[in-house]
Amino acid sequence: MDILQFAFGYFAVVIVACALMVVISRNPVHSALFMLPLFFHVAGIFIMLNAEFVAALQVLVYAGAIMVLFLFVIMLIKSDVEKVRFHLNTMTALPLAVTVGGFIMSVVVRSAFTGAKGTSTVEAVQQAGNSQMIGQAMFSEFLMPFEVTSVILLVAMVGTIVLAKKKID
Amino acid sequence: MVPLSWYIGLSAALFTIGIVGVLIRRNVIVVFLCIELMLNSVNVALVSFSHYLDSMRGQVFVFFIMAVAAAEAAIGLAIIISVFRNRETVDTSDINLMKW
Repeated sequence: MDILQFAFGYFAVVIVACALMVVISRNPVHSALFMLPLFFHVAGIFIMLNAEFVAALQVLVYAGAIMVLFLFVIMLIKSDVEKVRFHLNTMTALPLAVTVGGFIMSVVVRSAFTGAKGTSTVEAVQQAGNSQMIGQAMFSEFLMPFEVTSVILLVAMVGTIVLAKKKID
Repeated sequence: MVPLSWYIGLSAALFTIGIVGVLIRRNVIVVFLCIELMLNSVNVALVSFSHYLDSMRGQVFVFFIMAVAAAEAAIGLAIIISVFRNRETVDTSDINLMKW
């Protein structure tokens, strides 16, 4: 068992434990706060996969922006601690989850996971730099989706202001 | 060297936990957090495929998913705020005005 496998084991255990705590905490503030170590450890997984740019984005966007938004809203509205943790359909949800998870896992175990290899090998990425390689792909091959993304963000901004603004009359 | 199937297994586990959370919780905010969990699991799968198939496309996709997740979180939380303003609740079983 080499050091990378050990690191993966650590990250995976913390991620799964935090995810379970998000689901089973009664207090939504606790749920939101358990997302924070989860995001950081997912960023660690990204670094293990030589994706430094995505790891930085994960920390900035998820742990920085989205979590602050969630905590703001949780504290803005009165959401009390639930008395019943799981609801009536726990008995249906759990077998369903076991089935779905088992199905996904069986596909995962059986797949060979081979495909056409690209040109961005680890050496090439390390030589050019991760951000630069992503930028090249984003502004050549994915230019149109990139522009559409900016429109999505604009629509989200306008929509959020319209939805959350108090009516003045 | 960590095999690719470990990463995909982690991603599948995270996705399943997210599905369970959406199904069994009644607090809208926790349901939203579980949707974020599922988006994160997809990101893990995309980045690991991107690494093991020597392609940058997976990471570009993760960038787009993050942008859409940010937009979705902003819109969703705005909807939650306006629902709370009108109905004083964030419990999904109480938000049933349009139930037939």
